[in-house]
Amino acid sequence: MVTTGRSPTGREGRLAALLVSPTVLVLALVVGFPLLEAFRQSLYGAPGVDAVTGFVAEQEPFVGLRNFTDIFTDQGERFWNAIGNTTFFGVATIVPEVLIGMAMALLMARALRGRGLIRSAILVPWAIPTAISGLLWSWIFNVDGVANKLLGTDVLWATEGFQAKLSIIIAEVWKTAPFVALLTLPGLLIIPREVYEAARIDGATAWQRFAHVTLPLVKPALTVAVLFRMLDALRMFDLPYILVGPRKSSVETLSMLAQNEAYNVRYGAAAAYAIILFGYVFVIAFVFVRVLGVNIANLDSVAPRRARRRAGVAR
Amino acid sequence: MPLRRTRAASLAALTTVLVAMAGCAPAPGPAEGPDAFSQRGPITVASVKDPMITARVAEWNRGHPDEPVRFIELPHGADNQRQQMIQNANTRSDAFTVLNMDCVWTAEFAAHRWVAQLPEDAFPLATLVPQTVDMARYRGRLYGVPWASDGGLLYYRADLLAAAGIHTPPTTYAELKRQCDTVLALPEAKGVACYAGQFDEYEGLTVNATEIINAAGGRVLDASGAPAVDSPAARAGLDLLVNWYADGTIPRDAITFKEEQGRQAFSTGKLLFHRNWSYLYLTANAPSRANVVAGKFGVAPLPGFSGPGASTLGGHNLGISAFGRNKGTALRFIQWFTSEENQRRNLADAADAPTVAALYQEPDLVAKYPYLPALWQSVHGAIPRPATVRYPDVTAAIQSRVYAAMTGTSTPDAALGGLRRDLSHILAN
Repeated sequence: MVTTGRSPTGREGRLAALLVSPTVLVLALVVGFPLLEAFRQSLYGAPGVDAVTGFVAEQEPFVGLRNFTDIFTDQGERFWNAIGNTTFFGVATIVPEVLIGMAMALLMARALRGRGLIRSAILVPWAIPTAISGLLWSWIFNVDGVANKLLGTDVLWATEGFQAKLSIIIAEVWKTAPFVALLTLPGLLIIPREVYEAARIDGATAWQRFAHVTLPLVKPALTVAVLFRMLDALRMFDLPYILVGPRKSSVETLSMLAQNEAYNVRYGAAAAYAIILFGYVFVIAFVFVRVLGVNIANLDSVAPRRARRRAGVAR
Repeated sequence: MPLRRTRAASLAALTTVLVAMAGCAPAPGPAEGPDAFSQRGPITVASVKDPMITARVAEWNRGHPDEPVRFIELPHGADNQRQQMIQNANTRSDAFTVLNMDCVWTAEFAAHRWVAQLPEDAFPLATLVPQTVDMARYRGRLYGVPWASDGGLLYYRADLLAAAGIHTPPTTYAELKRQCDTVLALPEAKGVACYAGQFDEYEGLTVNATEIINAAGGRVLDASGAPAVDSPAARAGLDLLVNWYADGTIPRDAITFKEEQGRQAFSTGKLLFHRNWSYLYLTANAPSRANVVAGKFGVAPLPGFSGPGASTLGGHNLGISAFGRNKGTALRFIQWFTSEENQRRNLADAADAPTVAALYQEPDLVAKYPYLPALWQSVHGAIPRPATVRYPDVTAAIQSRVYAAMTGTSTPDAALGGLRRDLSHILAN
């Protein structure tokens, strides 16, 4: 994206190829190879048990694309449930995350005194490893836990049902809304004061200033935040695994299903699910970049300023 | 730039899953020579942290400087230990020699040839509780030596029963229910619920459900290994769980109980009867402020329907990794570790339920652990969990169907019919 409008000469081309080759090599190693290997694995089924000896066959049978086509048979029930949960969590966590994250960012941008303290305080949930926050929330959502005490209820949060989904959403939003705030804050800070002043002089209300000035100007940063969060939410694994538990159909995501298949020594099916998840995430990312591509390209023009601002924040 | 970066981020995110898949290509089984158990030299023991194992390893190392044993600590949680052992086998690694295996893994590990077949005559198997040895066999061949056992016990509040004039614990579930009705009407039993075991959707639910189904005369799999779970007897067992949960005999929050939550409920005086393993006896008798039942409870074998109850068997076996070196030393270490003398020490020092039958009758041990006779009945009358290569799938199916029936999202009939279909499907593949 840096060199456009002029085709490189042969010598420059060779130099460029040489310079990017380490990156290409690393990508081939950590992305290309596992992907191909997973695809190869997905073409094999689980070996059967020999009726006479009782031993499991040494070779996995080649089954072609059956691990993929199986999702359209009655065995696919668990897969569709998992992809439904994955999508549901993706959407249901991002909406509140964006709302709360925006509110946090506005608060951080406004804070005159104690900025550093407020910012680090808001970031604490994001800094806690998911495995730990999963455990903390499992205590909160215990039958005798804080959640029920505060609400005056005796909801069995960890049992199958919508309440299990809800507990995941709450814990996930608590953890990642600060991340959205972190990504949108630089976008807010670069909006010049003059724009607001002009709006105020024109008689814009606070809401109008937010809707017609803040929101359009912060949108590029916000889109990136949403994309990152979407990709993150689609591969959700640790939080439902720890907070509610493995193999619970209310919260089983596609990553959890792939892990469980591998756990049950069915590497072919596990690889197939992982590849489907990869494709799913890839398509979402692609659509985001294409559909919202204009906005993201706009961000390039503000990127240097953003970077300066961020460096300032870090100091 | 953002385009490339986000795409790379999405790829990197998935790589984690994919790399995990790629590293798991299965390897063919090992060859077993005639003198597989002659090699001597350094070995390792892979196990969850266990004070008895580490103590014995240190002792062994003092006496065998040429055949040292190194202890490899595996993470907590049976699932994690199993996964590490399978990874070790899939890469044909010789890192693990002796494996401390949960007794339900035998069929799977043996069928995949991850563990070596052991010579029967090397161990005094006749002195062990027969069920524990059965659980170490696959198709009649021995793949492990049981060194610790465990059975379900019925813990009951002797003080509350006595207050209602009841002096013997129930021997049937019907009697248990009648005693509850009597005792819970007393003012001193306020806030106490009747009965709980482990009913969360995990291995504990398989244990509890199979115990009650077995006690009712049903079986999950019949003697030939075929699904038999939709019999009227199995239905009677499941009905008991479903009805008791529906009418509050089993308290509502018990659907979230694993061992620890149940222990807490019993220790804090919220349960009249509680099914748990033998470890609860010592913990519930430990004097502490939160522990209101110390010295006030008794232990009995699990109740049944008409006859005695049938516990599900827990326990651990020591096996030898097919890919380990110095199997001769490993065999000798297992012989020594599982000996009667060492099991006596495990019991005396750490209350590990032994597999040597005679230890349950030793007067000084019974004096120290008054629950031993009840545990003996439990272990000796135990019915093993279904022995199958696909145990993880079988137990998952049992859990999800029983859970659905108990929570009312499926009728008992539909649950058992569904379970039968699940099991047929799992066992056919």
